[in-house]
Amino acid sequence: MKDTTRDTKALERELEEELHSTGYGTYILVWLGLIGLTAITVTVAGLNLGSFALIAALIIATVKSALVVNYFMHIKFDTPIFKIFVTICIIVVLTIFIITFFDYLYREPLI
Amino acid sequence: MANGILATDPNRVSFYEYEGKHKGILSWLLSTDHKRIGLLYLISLLAFFAVGVTLGFLMRLEMISPGPTIMAPNTYNSVFTLHGVIMVFLFILPGLPAIFGNFFLPIQIGARDVAFPRINLLSWYLYLIGGVLAIVSLFTGGGIMDTGWTFYVPYSIRTTSNISLSVFAAFVLGFSSILTAVNFITTAHRMRAPGMTFFRMPLFVWALYSTAWIQLLATPILGITLLLIIAERMLGVGIFDPNLGGDPILYQHMFWIYSHPAVYIMAIPAFGVVSEIIPTFSKKNIFGYTPVAISSLAIAFVGYLVWGHHMFSSGISDISRLIFSLLTFLVAIPTGVKVFNWVATMYKGSITVKTPMLFVLFFIVIFSIGGLTGLVLGAINTDIHVTDTYFVVGHFHYVMFGSMGILLFAGLHYWFPKMFGRMYHEKMAQVSAWIFFVGFNLLYFPMFIMGYLGMPRRYYDYLPEFTTYHVIATVGSWIMITGMIIMFANLIRSLYTGAKATENPWGGTTLEWKIPSPPPLENFREIPVITEGPYEHHFNKEENT
Amino acid sequence: MSNDSTDVTIAKSESHSHVHRDDAGSKMGMWLFLFTEVLLFGGMFLAYATYRFMYPQDFVNAALRLDPILGAVNTVILLTSSLSVVLSITALQKNKKNLSLVYLSITMLLALTFLVIKYFEWSHKFELGIYPKGPALESFAQGGKLFFGLYYLMTGLHGLHVVIGMTFIGFMMYFISKNKQTAHNHQRTENAGLYWHLVDLIWIFLFPLFYLVH
Repeated sequence: MKDTTRDTKALERELEEELHSTGYGTYILVWLGLIGLTAITVTVAGLNLGSFALIAALIIATVKSALVVNYFMHIKFDTPIFKIFVTICIIVVLTIFIITFFDYLYREPLI
Repeated sequence: MANGILATDPNRVSFYEYEGKHKGILSWLLSTDHKRIGLLYLISLLAFFAVGVTLGFLMRLEMISPGPTIMAPNTYNSVFTLHGVIMVFLFILPGLPAIFGNFFLPIQIGARDVAFPRINLLSWYLYLIGGVLAIVSLFTGGGIMDTGWTFYVPYSIRTTSNISLSVFAAFVLGFSSILTAVNFITTAHRMRAPGMTFFRMPLFVWALYSTAWIQLLATPILGITLLLIIAERMLGVGIFDPNLGGDPILYQHMFWIYSHPAVYIMAIPAFGVVSEIIPTFSKKNIFGYTPVAISSLAIAFVGYLVWGHHMFSSGISDISRLIFSLLTFLVAIPTGVKVFNWVATMYKGSITVKTPMLFVLFFIVIFSIGGLTGLVLGAINTDIHVTDTYFVVGHFHYVMFGSMGILLFAGLHYWFPKMFGRMYHEKMAQVSAWIFFVGFNLLYFPMFIMGYLGMPRRYYDYLPEFTTYHVIATVGSWIMITGMIIMFANLIRSLYTGAKATENPWGGTTLEWKIPSPPPLENFREIPVITEGPYEHHFNKEENT
Repeated sequence: MSNDSTDVTIAKSESHSHVHRDDAGSKMGMWLFLFTEVLLFGGMFLAYATYRFMYPQDFVNAALRLDPILGAVNTVILLTSSLSVVLSITALQKNKKNLSLVYLSITMLLALTFLVIKYFEWSHKFELGIYPKGPALESFAQGGKLFFGLYYLMTGLHGLHVVIGMTFIGFMMYFISKNKQTAHNHQRTENAGLYWHLVDLIWIFLFPLFYLVH
C-alpha cells in the first residue's frame, strides 16, 4: 500500500519535473541574467561608492545565488521540505555572522 | 512471504546468525546492517572510553599530593589533553547517536535500515581512522599534544608538539559525524513506516533528529577552524596568529560555534533516552509528548547561539557578553519543559526501579547539580570568579559524564536485552550503579569547592591547603572505577550466561519491543502500520510476529 | 543490508524497501551534505568579514594586487559550466545521451580552464613574492597579510572543490556512457550537478569579495 502511494507520488513528481525541465530556454535566460549581473558588479565596483560598494557587491551576489539556487539547483520546483531546509541553512549562517559581530562591532579599542 | 526456513532467511534468524555474503569477521567489517554498525560503534567507543578512564585515573593519582607524584609536568599536560580529546571526540560526542541511534532509529520508525547504509558503514570507518590518527599522533612528530582539547591559538600554532595530526584526526571524526547526521535526517524524513507521522515518532527519534541538525550545521565550522590551524602551522599562512595581525579571539568564536552546540549533540540524545525509559518504567504515556518533542528542536536551536559564554573572560565586547548570557539562560526553558514533563510522567505512574530507571533517577540528581552550577558559569559576574578553575571541571563532568555518560549506561542497560537477546543480573547491575554514583559524587563534588576557593584547572601542582579535597577526589575516582568494572563485568558475563530475553522484558511500547530479541536482519517481517502515538500502554501484549 | 540485497532470498521476500529507489531521499542527502559545505566556507567567510572589518584599508590596498579581469573571466567560465550541467541533465531527461555527454564535456573543459587560469594567477603572485612568508608579503601591512592568507586558503579550498566536482562529473559521464544513468534514472547526475552549482555559488561570493574591493 505504502509503495503504491509512493510510486504514484514519484510518478507525479516525474511528470512535474518533465514540465519544468523541458525548457533549455529558461536556463539560457537565467545564464544570460547571471552574466549580466557579473558585468554589473564589475562596473559598480569601478564607481566610487565608498562603503556602499560592499553592500552593492553583496546584494548582486545574493541575487545571483538566488538565481542559481532556484533555477539551476531546482529549488523553485522542489517540494516545500527542500525550501524549508535551504531556509534553515541560510538563517543559521546569517545568525552566526550577526551574533559574532555583536562582539566585533562593540569591542572597545585595545589601547 | 518467504517460504522455507533457510539459514539465509533474513526474517527467521537474528541479525547475528544471518549469513550474508561475507563470513566471520568480514561479515561485521563489511556489514551495512545498521544494527551491526551500531555494535561496531559500541565496541570501538567502549575501547576508547577505557583508555580515557585510565588516563583520568592517572591524572587523579598524580593530583593526590602536591608536587610531582607519578609523572612529570609535561606528561601531565599531555595526559589531560589526551583524556579530553579521547573522551570528548571519541567517546561522548559520537556516543549515543552512533551506538543506539544506529541500532534503534530505523527500528523505532519502522524501517529496515537507514537511508544510506553504505555511507553509514563509511562513517564508522572514518570514525576509526580518526581514532587511529589520534593515536598515531601520540608517537610521531614533536610529541604528544599538550594544548588541552580546545586547541587554543596562539599556543596551538607555536607548540612543537604534534598538533597538526591530532587536529586532522578531529577533522576526520567530524566528517564521520556529518555523514551520520545526513543519514539520520534523511532516514527520519524518508523511511518512516506508513502512519508514522512526525508526531508519532518516539522521543528518542526526535532527539536524534534534532541532534543530527546540529551535527550537520555546526561540525563544518569546527572542520574549517581545525584546517586553518593546520594551514597556519604547515604553510605559515596568517589567520589567527596575532603576530600577523590575526585575532586569537576569532579562533575562540569559531571553536565554540561548534563546541558549544557539541554539548547539545551529547545532551539531546541523552534526554531522548530518558524520555524512553521513564514512560516504560512508569507504565504511563509520556506527559506532554508534543512539548517534549519540540523542546528537543528548541534546545538545538537556542543551544546553537550561546557559544560566547565560554568566552566571557576572553575580551569580547560587553554587549556581546550580555547577549550570550541572556541566550544561555534561555536554554533553561526548553530544558525545564523536559524535566517537568518527565516528573509529571512519573506522577501517579506505576514505577518499577529497574537498573535503567535507577540510572535515570541518578541522572536527575546529578543533572540538577550540573545544571545549577551551569547557571553560576552562565552568569557573567560569577563566571569571572570561577573561570578556569576546578569549578568548571566539576561542572563539565557533572554534565558530560554524570549526565550523558550515566544515560549511556542507562541506555545500555535498557536496550541490552534487545541488542543481545539476554538479560543481565539485575541485582549486580543495581549494586554497581550505586557504587558508581557514590564514587562519582566523591570524585567531582570536591571540585566545586576547590574551584570556588581558587584551585585553577589544568595545573600540575597546588598549594597544600587543597590537599584534602584532592585526596577525596582521588579516592572517589577509585570507587567510581570499581563501580564501572563491576557493571561491565556483569554485562559481559551476561552475554554468555544471562537468561534469554523475551521480546519485551520491560513492557515498553515503542516498535523495538514488538520484534524478537535480538532483532532479525530486516527488523520487521512486515512493515508495521502505525495508528497511534508511541507511548500508549494497553496492558495486553500486541501480537506482531 | 543493501550490499546483501543481491541475495536471492531477500529479493524474494515481500519487502520492497531496498528494491525501491528513493530519488527524493538521495537528493535530500545531497542537499544536507551541501549545507555542510556552505557552513565550511561560511567559517572562512566569517574570518574574512572579521578581518575586513578590522583592517578595511589594508584590504583595499592588498586587493589592488589581484586582477579583476581574470576574476571576472573565471566567473563567466564557472557560470557557463553550470549552465552546461543543467543543459546536460535536460538532455539526459529527454533521452539524448550523446548530447548530454557533450554538455558534460563542455563543463569539464571549462572547469579545467578555470583551474589553469587560477594556476597562472597563483604562480604570478608567487613570482612577485606574495605568498605566506614570502619577501613581498612580509612587507605588507598586517591586514594585507591576512587578506592574502585568506585569499590563498579560500581560493585554494574552492579549487579543491572544483577538482572534486570534476571527479564527480567524470564518474557521471562514465555512468551515462554505460547507460547506468538514463532518462529514468538520473538522480546521481543531478546530485553531481547540485555539487557543481554549489562550487559555482561559492565563487559568486569569492569573486567580489577578493577581486572587487574598493
